[in-house]
Amino acid sequence: MRKKIAFKPVTLLLLLITFMSFAKEDVKHEESGSDLKTEIKEYIQHHLLDSYDFNLFSYDNGEKHFGFPLPVILWDNGLKVFSSSKFHHGETVAEAGGSYYKLHHGKIYKVDGPNGEIIEGDHHHATNEKPLDFSITKNVVLIAMVFAIMFFMFSRMAKSYKKNNGMPKGTGRFLEPIVLYVRDEIAIPNIGEKKYKKYMSYLLTVFFFVWIVNLFGLTPIGMNVTNNIAVTLCLALITYLITTFSGNKNYWKHIFWMPGVPVPMKIILAPIELLGTIIKPFALMIRLYANITAGHVVLMSIIGMMFIFNNWLGSSLSFLLAFVLGILELLVAALQAYIFTVLSALYFGMAVEDHDHH
Amino acid sequence: MEELFGGFSLGLFFWQAVLFLALVFLLKKFAWKPILDSVNNREEGIKNALEAAENAKKEMENLQADNQKLLKEARAEREAMLKEARDIKNKMIEDAKEEANEAAAKLMAQAQATIQTEKKAAILELKSQVASLSIEIAEKVVQDELSNKGKQEKLVESMLGEATLN
Repeated sequence: MRKKIAFKPVTLLLLLITFMSFAKEDVKHEESGSDLKTEIKEYIQHHLLDSYDFNLFSYDNGEKHFGFPLPVILWDNGLKVFSSSKFHHGETVAEAGGSYYKLHHGKIYKVDGPNGEIIEGDHHHATNEKPLDFSITKNVVLIAMVFAIMFFMFSRMAKSYKKNNGMPKGTGRFLEPIVLYVRDEIAIPNIGEKKYKKYMSYLLTVFFFVWIVNLFGLTPIGMNVTNNIAVTLCLALITYLITTFSGNKNYWKHIFWMPGVPVPMKIILAPIELLGTIIKPFALMIRLYANITAGHVVLMSIIGMMFIFNNWLGSSLSFLLAFVLGILELLVAALQAYIFTVLSALYFGMAVEDHDHH
Repeated sequence: MEELFGGFSLGLFFWQAVLFLALVFLLKKFAWKPILDSVNNREEGIKNALEAAENAKKEMENLQADNQKLLKEARAEREAMLKEARDIKNKMIEDAKEEANEAAAKLMAQAQATIQTEKKAAILELKSQVASLSIEIAEKVVQDELSNKGKQEKLVESMLGEATLN
């Protein structure tokens, strides 16, 4: 108890000193400080974006890069495939099959010629034509990697069952409780004993996929798949499609003609319920996207603060904060996978529920 | 919202959809189905084994109850048999006693009868012996008396003398 009381003034003092020194630094290096802040801000934004090359880190003030280029696949009056090294990290215009392309804020735009420029409209939005882009980006590479890891891990687990007469071995021992958790705590309570089986493949895959991908996002390689709206939209869309196509008579009846309420209410409720079917997966999409993006932004900002403070106290406090937040993000990685799976299971359960009690 | 969907990339969506769906189907075939089947089989096996054990236990209990019942019955039977045996024994002893008594009484009676006859015969024999003895004595006495003339005469005289008195 005494220890706690003693701790509080010390913390307060430390915070005070931090802010004071922060203010002092700000005054002293106003110019360079704001430069650093802008740089960090840009770095974070860049980090959150997908990219066309597999860049592990840059050095010499971002002029030299360590990594490798990835193939760019475009559909622009015919298939065009070329290496992203042609962009030279966004500095040059790439030529492919008589057309010219340039990178702008992490997106490929078509430009007129070898010296073509991006024409910026309102709010820095490029008005140039965008070709259909099916490039193997960094995120696609990571998705493929997770694909390979998961396939390798779980097919090996399945084989170990066969070899050991129905008992898991090695990684299977660790993974089996998680698989069983998804079955017993997520699928069966939400969907029901009778109907859960056909949804198990999707629920297990989505759970492990989101989890592993989130964990990869926390590694220093710095790849975040789930902070791309395209990825979460894809997952939410699959959940929506499965829900819609497995909806039974009762499910649709509860949407279009809610039993047990007066007729005017039924008419009012129908559009609300119909909208609800779309809002549910939409929330699923936003939740996963926002949680991971926010986590990354906050974590990277705090790491950036280390460089802004540039003194032993502020930097070490930022480090401590970043460390704690990193642990929290580790939890969030699993939690978001769990929430996505539980809610998907819940929606499937709603779609197949038999309303015997009515 | 614009920021949100400004970051949307059709290419990434396409690859995610393709890879993810492929992953779902591949894992379904090569991982989830075998894993869940194995787990189900194992769980079923454990459930069955537990049920079998429970049944065996119940059977054991039944068997024990049967044994107890049999033991009880056997004990009761033994008890009954012992009781019967005791009764029979008692009855036999009773009977034997009675018979013995009867036989003894009969024997007594017989013995008494024999004794009576023997006694009679003995008395008769005694009588005859006494008679013969008396005759013999008398004979000897007479002989002795007769061998002495003087005594004979004296006797006769005394006898006579007595006779005349009558």
